[in-house]
Amino acid sequence: MGPIGENEFFFLMQGLKWTVLLAIVGFIGGGIFGILIALLRTSKTKVARRITAGYIGVFQGTPLLMQLFVVYYGVALLGIEVNAWIAVAIAFTLHASAFLGEIWRGSIEAVPKGQTEAANALGLHYVSRMKDVILPQALKISMPATIGFLVQLIKGTSLAAIVGFIELTRAGQIISNQTYRPLLVFGIVGAIYFIICWPLSHAGSGLEKRMAKAAR
Amino acid sequence: MTYTFDFGAVLDRAPELLWGSLGTLGLALAGMLLALVIGILGVVARTSKSEITRTLVIVFVEVVRNTPFLVQIFFIYFALPLMGIRLNPTVTAIIALGINGGAYAIEIIRGGVESVSRGQIEAGFALGLHKADVFRLIVLKPALRAIYPSLTSQFIMLTLTTSVCTSIAAYELTSAAQRIESDTFRSFEVYFTVTAIYLVISTLMMGLFALISRHYFNYPTR
Repeated sequence: MGPIGENEFFFLMQGLKWTVLLAIVGFIGGGIFGILIALLRTSKTKVARRITAGYIGVFQGTPLLMQLFVVYYGVALLGIEVNAWIAVAIAFTLHASAFLGEIWRGSIEAVPKGQTEAANALGLHYVSRMKDVILPQALKISMPATIGFLVQLIKGTSLAAIVGFIELTRAGQIISNQTYRPLLVFGIVGAIYFIICWPLSHAGSGLEKRMAKAAR
Repeated sequence: MTYTFDFGAVLDRAPELLWGSLGTLGLALAGMLLALVIGILGVVARTSKSEITRTLVIVFVEVVRNTPFLVQIFFIYFALPLMGIRLNPTVTAIIALGINGGAYAIEIIRGGVESVSRGQIEAGFALGLHKADVFRLIVLKPALRAIYPSLTSQFIMLTLTTSVCTSIAAYELTSAAQRIESDTFRSFEVYFTVTAIYLVISTLMMGLFALISRHYFNYPTR
Protein backbone atom coordinates (compact mmCIF):
# COMPACT_ATOMS: atom_id res chain seq x y z
CA MET A 1 0.00 0.00 0.00
CA GLY A 2 1.21 3.46 -0.83
CA PRO A 3 0.55 6.61 1.12
CA ILE A 4 -1.87 9.29 -0.03
CA GLY A 5 0.32 12.35 0.03
CA GLU A 6 0.56 15.77 -1.46
CA ASN A 7 1.12 14.49 -5.02
CA GLU A 8 -1.93 12.26 -4.95
CA PHE A 9 -4.06 15.04 -3.58
CA PHE A 10 -2.78 17.41 -6.24
CA PHE A 11 -3.65 14.85 -8.92
CA LEU A 12 -7.20 14.59 -7.56
CA MET A 13 -7.49 18.38 -7.62
CA GLN A 14 -6.38 18.35 -11.27
CA GLY A 15 -9.19 15.87 -11.93
CA LEU A 16 -11.63 18.05 -10.00
CA LYS A 17 -10.74 20.97 -12.25
CA TRP A 18 -11.86 18.98 -15.32
CA THR A 19 -15.02 17.79 -13.56
CA VAL A 20 -16.00 21.37 -12.77
CA LEU A 21 -15.06 22.61 -16.26
CA LEU A 22 -17.07 19.83 -17.93
CA ALA A 23 -20.10 20.58 -15.76
CA ILE A 24 -19.88 24.31 -16.47
CA VAL A 25 -19.44 23.87 -20.22
CA GLY A 26 -22.26 21.30 -20.34
CA PHE A 27 -24.55 23.53 -18.30
CA ILE A 28 -23.91 26.72 -20.28
CA GLY A 29 -23.94 25.00 -23.69
CA GLY A 30 -26.94 22.92 -22.67
CA GLY A 31 -28.64 26.06 -21.35
CA ILE A 32 -28.26 27.92 -24.65
CA PHE A 33 -29.55 25.02 -26.76
CA GLY A 34 -32.04 24.12 -24.03
CA ILE A 35 -33.84 27.45 -24.35
CA LEU A 36 -34.07 26.88 -28.09
CA ILE A 37 -35.48 23.38 -27.54
CA ALA A 38 -37.98 24.67 -24.98
CA LEU A 39 -39.17 27.45 -27.33
CA LEU A 40 -39.55 25.04 -30.26
CA ARG A 41 -41.28 22.51 -28.00
CA THR A 42 -43.89 25.15 -27.05
CA SER A 43 -44.13 26.75 -30.51
CA LYS A 44 -47.21 26.80 -32.73
CA THR A 45 -45.52 24.72 -35.45
CA LYS A 46 -46.45 21.07 -35.12
CA VAL A 47 -43.30 19.79 -36.87
CA ALA A 48 -41.05 21.72 -34.49
CA ARG A 49 -42.96 20.35 -31.49
CA ARG A 50 -42.72 16.78 -32.82
CA ILE A 51 -38.98 16.96 -33.61
CA THR A 52 -38.03 18.45 -30.25
CA ALA A 53 -40.26 15.94 -28.45
CA GLY A 54 -38.37 13.16 -30.23
CA TYR A 55 -35.01 14.74 -29.38
CA ILE A 56 -35.94 14.98 -25.70
CA GLY A 57 -37.36 11.44 -25.72
CA VAL A 58 -34.16 9.94 -27.14
CA PHE A 59 -31.93 11.64 -24.55
CA GLN A 60 -34.25 10.81 -21.66
CA GLY A 61 -34.75 7.23 -22.82
CA THR A 62 -31.12 6.17 -23.25
CA PRO A 63 -28.25 5.94 -20.74
CA LEU A 64 -25.92 8.94 -20.51
CA LEU A 65 -23.00 6.52 -20.87
CA MET A 66 -24.28 5.38 -24.29
CA GLN A 67 -24.78 9.01 -25.35
CA LEU A 68 -21.14 9.63 -24.45
CA PHE A 69 -19.95 6.63 -26.46
CA VAL A 70 -22.06 7.42 -29.54
CA VAL A 71 -21.05 11.09 -29.64
CA TYR A 72 -17.41 10.26 -28.84
CA TYR A 73 -17.09 7.82 -31.76
CA GLY A 74 -19.61 9.66 -33.95
CA VAL A 75 -17.63 12.91 -33.90
CA ALA A 76 -14.53 10.97 -34.97
CA LEU A 77 -16.45 9.57 -37.96
CA LEU A 78 -17.29 13.04 -39.20
CA GLY A 79 -13.64 13.30 -40.13
CA ILE A 80 -12.95 16.25 -37.87
CA GLU A 81 -9.87 15.99 -35.70
CA VAL A 82 -11.11 16.72 -32.21
CA ASN A 83 -9.60 15.80 -28.91
CA ALA A 84 -11.38 13.78 -26.25
CA TRP A 85 -12.20 16.89 -24.23
CA ILE A 86 -14.22 18.49 -27.04
CA ALA A 87 -16.04 15.25 -27.89
CA VAL A 88 -17.06 14.74 -24.25
CA ALA A 89 -18.07 18.41 -23.91
CA ILE A 90 -20.31 18.09 -27.00
CA ALA A 91 -21.95 15.00 -25.52
CA PHE A 92 -22.72 16.71 -22.21
CA THR A 93 -24.01 19.81 -24.02
CA LEU A 94 -26.46 17.74 -26.08
CA HIS A 95 -27.53 15.75 -23.01
CA ALA A 96 -28.08 18.89 -20.93
CA SER A 97 -29.95 20.67 -23.74
CA ALA A 98 -32.56 17.89 -23.87
CA PHE A 99 -33.11 17.77 -20.10
CA LEU A 100 -33.08 21.55 -19.61
CA GLY A 101 -35.33 21.92 -22.66
CA GLU A 102 -37.89 19.61 -21.07
CA ILE A 103 -37.66 21.34 -17.66
CA TRP A 104 -38.09 24.77 -19.24
CA ARG A 105 -40.94 23.59 -21.48
CA GLY A 106 -42.78 22.67 -18.29
CA SER A 107 -42.03 26.05 -16.73
CA ILE A 108 -43.14 27.97 -19.83
CA GLU A 109 -46.42 26.04 -19.77
CA ALA A 110 -46.76 26.69 -16.04
CA VAL A 111 -46.87 30.46 -16.57
CA PRO A 112 -50.58 31.37 -16.37
CA LYS A 113 -52.26 31.66 -19.77
CA GLY A 114 -53.56 35.12 -18.85
CA GLN A 115 -50.00 36.43 -19.11
CA THR A 116 -49.78 35.44 -22.78
CA GLU A 117 -53.23 36.83 -23.46
CA ALA A 118 -52.40 40.10 -21.72
CA ALA A 119 -49.14 40.38 -23.69
CA ASN A 120 -51.09 39.79 -26.90
CA ALA A 121 -53.69 42.35 -25.92
CA LEU A 122 -50.90 44.86 -25.34
CA GLY A 123 -49.76 44.21 -28.88
CA LEU A 124 -46.42 42.62 -27.97
CA HIS A 125 -44.91 40.49 -30.71
CA TYR A 126 -43.50 36.99 -30.09
CA VAL A 127 -39.91 37.98 -29.18
CA SER A 128 -40.94 40.64 -26.71
CA ARG A 129 -43.71 38.48 -25.27
CA MET A 130 -41.25 35.68 -24.58
CA LYS A 131 -38.25 37.78 -23.54
CA ASP A 132 -40.05 40.31 -21.36
CA VAL A 133 -43.13 38.49 -20.10
CA ILE A 134 -43.05 34.68 -20.22
CA LEU A 135 -39.38 33.64 -19.88
CA PRO A 136 -38.57 35.72 -16.77
CA GLN A 137 -41.52 34.13 -14.95
CA ALA A 138 -40.73 30.67 -16.35
CA LEU A 139 -37.11 30.99 -15.22
CA LYS A 140 -38.23 31.63 -11.68
CA ILE A 141 -40.61 28.67 -11.70
CA SER A 142 -37.89 26.41 -13.12
CA MET A 143 -35.17 27.26 -10.60
CA PRO A 144 -35.56 24.24 -8.25
CA ALA A 145 -35.67 21.75 -11.14
CA THR A 146 -32.81 23.50 -12.96
CA ILE A 147 -30.59 23.33 -9.87
CA GLY A 148 -31.62 19.69 -9.42
CA PHE A 149 -30.49 18.95 -12.96
CA LEU A 150 -27.18 20.77 -12.40
CA VAL A 151 -26.50 18.32 -9.56
CA GLN A 152 -27.39 15.41 -11.89
CA LEU A 153 -25.01 16.86 -14.50
CA ILE A 154 -22.11 17.23 -12.05
CA LYS A 155 -22.57 13.61 -10.97
CA GLY A 156 -22.98 12.60 -14.62
CA THR A 157 -19.57 13.98 -15.59
CA SER A 158 -18.09 11.03 -13.65
CA LEU A 159 -19.12 8.80 -16.59
CA ALA A 160 -16.52 10.54 -18.75
CA ALA A 161 -14.10 8.37 -16.73
CA ILE A 162 -15.39 5.26 -18.54
CA VAL A 163 -14.61 6.87 -21.91
CA GLY A 164 -11.08 7.44 -20.60
CA PHE A 165 -11.27 11.15 -19.85
CA ILE A 166 -9.28 12.02 -16.72
CA GLU A 167 -11.67 13.89 -14.45
CA LEU A 168 -12.19 13.43 -10.71
CA THR A 169 -13.45 9.83 -10.75
CA ARG A 170 -10.83 8.64 -13.28
CA ALA A 171 -8.12 10.40 -11.26
CA GLY A 172 -9.40 8.52 -8.21
CA GLN A 173 -9.27 5.22 -10.12
CA ILE A 174 -5.67 5.85 -11.15
CA ILE A 175 -4.57 6.72 -7.62
CA SER A 176 -6.49 3.78 -6.22
CA ASN A 177 -4.60 1.46 -8.60
CA GLN A 178 -1.27 3.00 -7.59
CA THR A 179 -1.76 3.06 -3.84
CA TYR A 180 -4.04 0.02 -3.33
CA ARG A 181 -6.25 2.05 -1.01
CA PRO A 182 -9.56 2.01 -2.92
CA LEU A 183 -11.82 2.73 0.05
CA LEU A 184 -9.83 5.74 1.21
CA VAL A 185 -9.48 7.13 -2.31
CA PHE A 186 -13.10 6.63 -3.36
CA GLY A 187 -14.17 7.88 0.05
CA ILE A 188 -12.27 11.13 -0.59
CA VAL A 189 -13.57 11.34 -4.17
CA GLY A 190 -17.15 10.79 -2.97
CA ALA A 191 -16.69 13.44 -0.27
CA ILE A 192 -15.49 15.97 -2.85
CA TYR A 193 -18.58 15.38 -5.01
CA PHE A 194 -20.73 15.65 -1.88
CA ILE A 195 -19.17 18.97 -0.89
CA ILE A 196 -20.04 20.36 -4.33
CA CYS A 197 -23.47 18.79 -4.81
CA TRP A 198 -25.02 18.93 -1.35
CA PRO A 199 -25.14 22.75 -0.99
CA LEU A 200 -26.71 22.94 -4.46
CA SER A 201 -29.32 20.28 -3.64
CA HIS A 202 -30.01 22.04 -0.36
CA ALA A 203 -30.45 25.41 -2.07
CA GLY A 204 -32.72 23.83 -4.68
CA SER A 205 -35.05 22.14 -2.20
CA GLY A 206 -35.05 25.25 0.03
CA LEU A 207 -36.15 27.33 -2.94
CA GLU A 208 -38.83 24.78 -3.79
CA LYS A 209 -40.25 24.90 -0.25
CA ARG A 210 -40.26 28.68 -0.20
CA MET A 211 -42.00 28.84 -3.57
CA ALA A 212 -44.58 26.26 -2.49
CA LYS A 213 -45.32 28.36 0.59
CA ALA A 214 -45.58 31.55 -1.49
CA ALA A 215 -48.00 29.86 -3.88
CA ARG A 216 -50.37 28.86 -1.08
CA MET B 1 -12.08 10.55 -45.48
CA THR B 2 -15.12 8.42 -46.14
CA TYR B 3 -16.29 5.86 -43.70
CA THR B 4 -18.29 2.78 -44.65
CA PHE B 5 -20.72 1.71 -42.00
CA ASP B 6 -20.78 -1.97 -41.25
CA PHE B 7 -23.68 -2.91 -39.04
CA GLY B 8 -23.37 -6.52 -40.28
CA ALA B 9 -20.42 -7.07 -37.95
CA VAL B 10 -22.66 -6.04 -35.04
CA LEU B 11 -25.74 -7.95 -36.15
CA ASP B 12 -23.63 -11.12 -36.35
CA ARG B 13 -23.40 -10.86 -32.57
CA ALA B 14 -27.17 -10.50 -32.09
CA PRO B 15 -27.43 -13.42 -29.63
CA GLU B 16 -24.90 -11.73 -27.35
CA LEU B 17 -26.87 -8.48 -27.52
CA LEU B 18 -30.06 -10.36 -26.66
CA TRP B 19 -28.46 -12.03 -23.63
CA GLY B 20 -26.98 -8.70 -22.63
CA SER B 21 -30.43 -7.10 -22.81
CA LEU B 22 -31.85 -9.85 -20.60
CA GLY B 23 -28.97 -9.24 -18.20
CA THR B 24 -29.85 -5.54 -18.13
CA LEU B 25 -33.53 -6.31 -17.48
CA GLY B 26 -32.57 -8.74 -14.72
CA LEU B 27 -30.25 -6.19 -13.07
CA ALA B 28 -32.93 -3.51 -13.34
CA LEU B 29 -35.69 -5.71 -11.91
CA ALA B 30 -33.60 -6.98 -9.01
CA GLY B 31 -32.32 -3.45 -8.35
CA MET B 32 -35.88 -2.07 -8.32
CA LEU B 33 -37.11 -4.71 -5.87
CA LEU B 34 -34.17 -4.08 -3.53
CA ALA B 35 -34.73 -0.31 -3.89
CA LEU B 36 -38.40 -0.73 -3.00
CA VAL B 37 -37.53 -2.78 0.11
CA ILE B 38 -34.89 -0.23 1.20
CA GLY B 39 -37.36 2.57 0.43
CA ILE B 40 -40.13 1.15 2.62
CA LEU B 41 -37.76 0.20 5.46
CA GLY B 42 -36.17 3.65 5.22
CA VAL B 43 -39.50 5.45 5.50
CA VAL B 44 -40.43 3.36 8.54
CA ALA B 45 -37.00 4.00 10.10
CA ARG B 46 -37.38 7.72 9.41
CA THR B 47 -40.44 7.87 11.67
CA SER B 48 -38.61 5.93 14.40
CA LYS B 49 -38.54 7.23 17.99
CA SER B 50 -34.75 7.06 18.11
CA GLU B 51 -33.14 10.23 16.87
CA ILE B 52 -29.98 8.36 15.82
CA THR B 53 -31.97 6.09 13.47
CA ARG B 54 -33.77 9.07 11.92
CA THR B 55 -30.49 10.95 11.42
CA LEU B 56 -28.83 7.89 9.89
CA VAL B 57 -31.61 7.60 7.31
CA ILE B 58 -31.31 11.29 6.41
CA VAL B 59 -27.50 11.02 6.09
CA PHE B 60 -27.87 7.89 3.93
CA VAL B 61 -30.32 9.62 1.59
CA GLU B 62 -28.23 12.80 1.29
CA VAL B 63 -24.92 10.97 0.73
CA VAL B 64 -26.33 8.67 -1.94
CA ARG B 65 -28.20 11.43 -3.75
CA ASN B 66 -25.23 13.79 -3.83
CA THR B 67 -22.49 11.44 -5.07
CA PRO B 68 -22.15 9.78 -8.50
CA PHE B 69 -23.35 6.20 -8.94
CA LEU B 70 -19.98 5.29 -10.49
CA VAL B 71 -18.16 6.27 -7.28
CA GLN B 72 -20.75 4.38 -5.21
CA ILE B 73 -20.38 1.19 -7.22
CA PHE B 74 -16.56 1.33 -7.01
CA PHE B 75 -16.76 1.91 -3.27
CA ILE B 76 -19.13 -1.03 -2.73
CA TYR B 77 -17.12 -3.22 -5.12
CA PHE B 78 -13.98 -2.72 -3.02
CA ALA B 79 -15.68 -2.50 0.38
CA LEU B 80 -17.54 -5.83 0.30
CA PRO B 81 -14.42 -8.05 0.02
CA LEU B 82 -12.82 -6.13 2.92
CA MET B 83 -15.88 -7.03 4.98
CA GLY B 84 -15.25 -10.66 4.06
CA ILE B 85 -18.14 -10.78 1.57
CA ARG B 86 -17.15 -12.22 -1.80
CA LEU B 87 -19.79 -11.82 -4.48
CA ASN B 88 -19.69 -11.89 -8.25
CA PRO B 89 -19.81 -8.51 -10.03
CA THR B 90 -23.45 -8.91 -11.06
CA VAL B 91 -24.66 -9.39 -7.47
CA THR B 92 -22.47 -6.47 -6.37
CA ALA B 93 -24.07 -4.38 -9.10
CA ILE B 94 -27.58 -5.30 -7.86
CA ILE B 95 -26.63 -4.22 -4.33
CA ALA B 96 -25.25 -0.91 -5.63
CA LEU B 97 -28.35 -0.30 -7.76
CA GLY B 98 -30.63 -1.18 -4.83
CA ILE B 99 -28.80 1.20 -2.49
CA ASN B 100 -28.83 4.01 -5.05
CA GLY B 101 -32.47 3.52 -6.02
CA GLY B 102 -33.42 2.97 -2.38
CA ALA B 103 -32.26 6.45 -1.34
CA TYR B 104 -34.46 8.04 -4.02
CA ALA B 105 -37.34 5.68 -3.14
CA ILE B 106 -37.22 6.78 0.52
CA GLU B 107 -37.75 10.41 -0.48
CA ILE B 108 -40.53 9.56 -2.96
CA ILE B 109 -42.45 7.24 -0.61
CA ARG B 110 -42.09 9.67 2.30
CA GLY B 111 -43.60 12.42 0.16
CA GLY B 112 -46.54 10.17 -0.70
CA VAL B 113 -47.24 9.17 2.89
CA GLU B 114 -47.02 12.79 4.04
CA SER B 115 -49.46 13.85 1.32
CA VAL B 116 -52.30 11.99 3.09
CA SER B 117 -53.84 14.57 5.39
CA ARG B 118 -54.65 13.76 9.02
CA GLY B 119 -58.19 15.05 8.55
CA GLN B 120 -58.95 12.26 6.06
CA ILE B 121 -57.74 9.61 8.48
CA GLU B 122 -59.83 11.09 11.28
CA ALA B 123 -62.82 11.26 8.94
CA GLY B 124 -62.33 7.56 8.19
CA PHE B 125 -62.45 6.68 11.88
CA ALA B 126 -65.46 8.96 12.36
CA LEU B 127 -67.28 7.00 9.65
CA GLY B 128 -66.65 3.86 11.71
CA LEU B 129 -64.04 2.22 9.48
CA HIS B 130 -61.69 -0.35 10.99
CA LYS B 131 -58.04 0.53 11.49
CA ALA B 132 -57.04 -1.88 8.68
CA ASP B 133 -59.59 -0.33 6.33
CA VAL B 134 -58.44 3.17 7.16
CA PHE B 135 -54.88 2.19 6.34
CA ARG B 136 -55.80 0.33 3.14
CA LEU B 137 -58.39 2.75 1.73
CA ILE B 138 -57.37 6.13 3.08
CA VAL B 139 -53.60 5.94 3.50
CA LEU B 140 -52.25 3.25 1.17
CA LYS B 141 -54.36 3.64 -1.97
CA PRO B 142 -54.04 7.42 -2.41
CA ALA B 143 -50.38 7.34 -1.32
CA LEU B 144 -49.61 4.60 -3.85
CA ARG B 145 -51.27 6.58 -6.57
CA ALA B 146 -49.46 9.76 -5.54
CA ILE B 147 -46.01 8.16 -5.62
CA TYR B 148 -46.57 5.94 -8.68
CA PRO B 149 -45.47 8.44 -11.38
CA SER B 150 -42.25 9.52 -9.61
CA LEU B 151 -41.43 5.99 -8.47
CA THR B 152 -41.82 4.48 -11.94
CA SER B 153 -39.82 7.24 -13.65
CA GLN B 154 -37.14 6.66 -11.00
CA PHE B 155 -37.22 2.96 -11.92
CA ILE B 156 -36.72 3.78 -15.60
CA MET B 157 -33.75 5.97 -14.64
CA LEU B 158 -32.41 3.06 -12.58
CA THR B 159 -32.72 0.81 -15.64
CA LEU B 160 -30.66 3.27 -17.69
CA THR B 161 -28.15 3.52 -14.85
CA THR B 162 -27.48 -0.25 -15.08
CA SER B 163 -25.21 0.58 -18.05
CA VAL B 164 -22.68 2.02 -15.57
CA CYS B 165 -22.36 -1.47 -14.03
CA THR B 166 -20.11 -2.34 -16.96
CA SER B 167 -17.34 -0.59 -14.98
CA ILE B 168 -17.16 -3.57 -12.59
CA ALA B 169 -17.79 -6.04 -15.46
CA ALA B 170 -21.31 -7.02 -14.41
CA TYR B 171 -23.23 -9.04 -16.97
CA GLU B 172 -25.42 -6.65 -18.94
CA LEU B 173 -25.90 -4.92 -22.31
CA THR B 174 -23.13 -2.29 -22.14
CA SER B 175 -20.47 -4.82 -21.18
CA ALA B 176 -21.65 -7.01 -24.07
CA ALA B 177 -21.28 -3.96 -26.33
CA GLN B 178 -17.75 -3.33 -25.08
CA ARG B 179 -16.80 -6.96 -25.76
CA ILE B 180 -18.18 -6.76 -29.30
CA GLU B 181 -16.41 -3.43 -29.85
CA SER B 182 -13.02 -4.80 -28.84
CA ASP B 183 -13.50 -7.77 -31.22
CA THR B 184 -14.83 -5.90 -34.25
CA PHE B 185 -13.49 -2.32 -33.82
CA ARG B 186 -16.90 -1.14 -35.06
CA SER B 187 -17.26 1.28 -32.13
CA PHE B 188 -19.86 3.62 -33.56
CA GLU B 189 -22.06 0.87 -35.01
CA VAL B 190 -22.00 -1.13 -31.76
CA TYR B 191 -22.89 1.78 -29.49
CA PHE B 192 -25.47 3.15 -31.90
CA THR B 193 -27.25 -0.22 -32.00
CA VAL B 194 -27.07 -0.67 -28.24
CA THR B 195 -28.36 2.86 -27.63
CA ALA B 196 -31.35 1.97 -29.82
CA ILE B 197 -31.92 -1.19 -27.75
CA TYR B 198 -31.91 0.86 -24.54
CA LEU B 199 -34.44 3.24 -26.11
CA VAL B 200 -36.70 0.28 -26.94
CA ILE B 201 -36.36 -1.10 -23.39
CA SER B 202 -37.16 2.21 -21.70
CA THR B 203 -40.05 2.94 -24.08
CA LEU B 204 -41.57 -0.50 -23.44
CA MET B 205 -41.19 0.01 -19.69
CA MET B 206 -42.88 3.40 -19.88
CA GLY B 207 -45.75 1.83 -21.82
CA LEU B 208 -46.06 -1.01 -19.32
CA PHE B 209 -46.06 1.36 -16.33
CA ALA B 210 -48.72 3.52 -18.03
CA LEU B 211 -50.85 0.43 -18.70
CA ILE B 212 -50.61 -0.70 -15.07
CA SER B 213 -51.47 2.80 -13.91
CA ARG B 214 -54.57 2.90 -16.10
CA HIS B 215 -55.80 -0.41 -14.69
CA TYR B 216 -55.03 0.01 -11.02
CA PHE B 217 -55.29 3.73 -10.42
CA ASN B 218 -58.57 4.53 -12.14
CA TYR B 219 -60.22 5.55 -8.88
CA PRO B 220 -60.58 9.15 -7.71
CA THR B 221 -58.31 10.32 -4.87
CA ARG B 222 -60.21 13.31 -3.65
